[in-house]
Amino acid sequence: MTKSADKPVIDPFEAALEVHDIKGRSPWEDAWHRLLKNRAAVYSAFIMAFMLVLVVFGPMLISWESDFTDWDYTSSPPSIESGHWFGTDAVGRDIMVRTLEGGRISLLVGLVATIVSLVIGVSYGATAGYFGGATDRIMMRVVDIIYALPFMFFVILLMVVFGRNILLIFVAIGAVNWLDMARIVRGQTLSLKNTEFIEAARACGVGDWAIIRRHIIPNLLGVVIVYVTLTIPQVILIESFLSFLGLGIQEPMSSWGALVSDGAQDMESAPWTLVVPSIFLTVTLYCFNYIGDGLRDALDPKDRL
Amino acid sequence: MIKHSLQRLLGLIPTMLMLITVAFFLIRVAPGGPFDSEKLLPPEIEANLNAKYHLDEPLVQQYFRYLGQVVVLDFGPSFQYKDWTVNELIAQGFPVSATVGLAAMILAFVVGTLLGIAAALRQNSGIDYSLMGFAMLGISVPNFVIAPILILLLAVYAGWLPAGGWDWSVANMVLPVITLSLPAIAYIARLTRGSMIEVLHSNFIRTARAKGLPESVVIRRHALRPALLPVISFLGPATAAMISGSVVIERIFSIPGLGSYFVQGALNRDYTLVMGVVIFYGMLIIILNFIVDLVYAWLNPKIRYDEKR
Amino acid sequence: MKPANMENTAAPLLEVKDLDVGFDTPEGKVHAVNCLNFSLKAGDALAIVGESGSGKTQTVMAIMGLLSENGEARGEARFKGQDLMKMSTAQLNTHRGKEIAMIFQDPMTSLNPYLRIDKQMIEVVMHHQGLNKSEARAHAVEMLRAVRIPDPERRIRQYPHEFSGGMRQRVMVAMGLLCEPDLLIADEPTTALDVTVQAQISHLMSALRENSNTAIILITHDLGVVAGLCDRVLVMYAGEAVECGSVEQIYYEPKHPYTQGLLASVPRLDQPEETGLNSIPGNPPNLLALPKGCKFRDRCPKAHDACKEKPPMQLDEQRHAWRCFLGGAA
Ligand SMILES: Nc1ncnc2c1ncn2[C@@H]1O[C@H](COP(=O)(O)OP(=O)(O)O)[C@@H](O)[C@H]1O
Ligand code: SF4
Ligand SMILES: [Mg+2]
Repeated sequence: MTKSADKPVIDPFEAALEVHDIKGRSPWEDAWHRLLKNRAAVYSAFIMAFMLVLVVFGPMLISWESDFTDWDYTSSPPSIESGHWFGTDAVGRDIMVRTLEGGRISLLVGLVATIVSLVIGVSYGATAGYFGGATDRIMMRVVDIIYALPFMFFVILLMVVFGRNILLIFVAIGAVNWLDMARIVRGQTLSLKNTEFIEAARACGVGDWAIIRRHIIPNLLGVVIVYVTLTIPQVILIESFLSFLGLGIQEPMSSWGALVSDGAQDMESAPWTLVVPSIFLTVTLYCFNYIGDGLRDALDPKDRL
Repeated sequence: MIKHSLQRLLGLIPTMLMLITVAFFLIRVAPGGPFDSEKLLPPEIEANLNAKYHLDEPLVQQYFRYLGQVVVLDFGPSFQYKDWTVNELIAQGFPVSATVGLAAMILAFVVGTLLGIAAALRQNSGIDYSLMGFAMLGISVPNFVIAPILILLLAVYAGWLPAGGWDWSVANMVLPVITLSLPAIAYIARLTRGSMIEVLHSNFIRTARAKGLPESVVIRRHALRPALLPVISFLGPATAAMISGSVVIERIFSIPGLGSYFVQGALNRDYTLVMGVVIFYGMLIIILNFIVDLVYAWLNPKIRYDEKR
Repeated sequence: MKPANMENTAAPLLEVKDLDVGFDTPEGKVHAVNCLNFSLKAGDALAIVGESGSGKTQTVMAIMGLLSENGEARGEARFKGQDLMKMSTAQLNTHRGKEIAMIFQDPMTSLNPYLRIDKQMIEVVMHHQGLNKSEARAHAVEMLRAVRIPDPERRIRQYPHEFSGGMRQRVMVAMGLLCEPDLLIADEPTTALDVTVQAQISHLMSALRENSNTAIILITHDLGVVAGLCDRVLVMYAGEAVECGSVEQIYYEPKHPYTQGLLASVPRLDQPEETGLNSIPGNPPNLLALPKGCKFRDRCPKAHDACKEKPPMQLDEQRHAWRCFLGGAA
């Protein structure tokens, strides 16, 4: 601006610009600052980062193999001397290394299945919202219908029908978990669709798909980030649920849900086999939920005050 | 209102149809027949069995046969429990599941709304923060983690309650009902808190306060109903979540409910049973959602009015 | 209407002294009302005018104890000698709705959409006057009739959404009058309504003035309404009183440049243009960081060097006050 410092501001337009200057932070910066103020979310993020490092590198540092059975120490409680810091299970396998390796699977499922649901949900929702009219009505009616179905049972049904393999778990969970995402993205798209810059793009002859790709999807980023963070724990939960029932991950692979299930069998003689994976699973879900909540509050300032 | 209800009722038909169709074809495209576990059957017996269960007919014909049966609520014979029909198994298991589920739902509604209101009225206080922290815990800790831990503490170590089993006694119900309701309590508490805070900021609450009514009256008479509306609409999804949860709970506590049959059926590839339970529960959820919608409309004069016109 | 020059010598009904209202926000403290003083005697009608955001609503909210949680009020507001600011909610509730009634800006959302009108009206009378249900209902029906709602026996059984905006505002007026309050505060009662309904509601209020001794605080944008209804006018700018005087003084001898600007921008019959109060060029100052000197300086056509200091409140013998260096008896 070329305004000299002592000239009185009388032009309303200029005054408006000045007001804007005072709070000239971008919405993303604003959101970031709000997020940093949310202590629960910040701690959770640190814990999750630590958890990730632990799960990825931990098993390499532990001298036990996850399938090594230490017959000298079956169902032995946590101890430093034996080298099994978190104890062993009924056949002498080290709980710590099993839990960390199970964590790899659980987190991987969380990530991959979320991506699956993200891809389906965003493309479905953005399409419905963008085209509107009858297309939108029919597509959303389908979502309503699927919404009313007992989807957990369908996941189980899918597992029964197609056998239990890990790829299928990703797809099955992702495929039933995209509805929320689709609804939200559709709503946002609808409200974005008529804003000026989209009109302008259209006036310049930019095609429908290009508009969706270049304008709508970037604008949806905020909501999508929030829901991705909230979907990850849901998906981890569903996987562990299935594994707990014996319908998910199969031996020799393992996940937190499967370990909790094993632990529940032996809990009277070896409670640590239940407690250790339970804590890892719970802490993870807890942290993801807090991060998701924090992101939502940060990115959606209308809930402030 | 009545016209609207009838319309909504008709609208349920495509949902049900979709439910049945998806369940049916999923099962039928499954690799391996239902009698796989009995590989040693002589071919003629297998053919007999296939004929008995109409597995030799073309798929489309089977579909319409099944549809015809389901319309009159006949889910056919079970593949694994030879002398039982699926209907008999449902009649056996559902009352058990429904009892636990209903008790858990009532508990969740009462406790969840009370906690939510308490937190909202003391927004940003210590009570609020700790209640919401616990609520987050309730949402985050899976019930298959809580259940074994409660069994370990209250049944195995303390010996106060039975670790499982079912004889319709209250003692047997306590742990399953609590475990099943915890996530719902947590969710409802968060929901109630949020909506109560929002309602307390609305203009009509300001009006009520300007009238000089005591705060307790303002809350009971003016804020409670709108604050509970979101909870009412959550009851549909809550039922669905509880039905899913019951699958695990019944297994952990050895409760002979419909969820147990379902998992057993799933592990045994008892197709008719699995399909029957999915469709039965699906219909139940659809109908409950419908009822919840009606209740919601009935509690909300604006919707009632818009539909009168 | 009472003649404005007839001096009302009774003790003040409401006396506001050094009222400050601030709001804590993430960006800092919003100074919505700053050192505001005014008073009102029984039967008086005071208009508070000013651009939107000048603190009119928050002034009366502070008096009523209805500020939002992040708000804080300081100063005094003596009603019949008792300081409302020092009262607990329970004490306030013995006055609110009974002796002081309030009509809000937005009739569409100020009634509870989930309750029938009767319930919302009856509860006031039952609570404050101890009437039983049927007496209370009869009284409420009478009130609705008095504000000229046709067929009140039937209408009272309806929900707010079955009323139009103007009708809802009538219901609000009737509800405010149920206990024959000593003071009725009306916050832009007609702003949300269309012109004919606006006229009807202001008619209703002036009829009310004639028939009772109720004092009125009318917050408004519309200087036209003020002339017909009020005897004194308080002009607010950026949370401060900038001028206060009788309707005649404000209309015919405005002293403050802001008031002069407001009057110049009142739409006149010969140029029927909806310019309203916003046509003084420029924007009000940022309430987060108020300037030190005269707050109107950035927009004032008569600003001069002295205005970098805070102007004093000048007062003439006719109880006409204004906050400006200019306009004194030279
Ligand atoms: N809860 C709040 N938090 C922060 N600022 C507020 C709050 N309520 C009102 N304000 C600010 O106080 C100022 C005065 O508002 P108000 O009295 O409503 O103006 P008006 O004169 O239009 O009635 C406005 O700038 C408004 O933004
Ligand atoms: S004090 Fe100065 S700037 Fe303020 S209104 Fe008067 S002349 Fe204008
Ligand atoms: Mg206002």
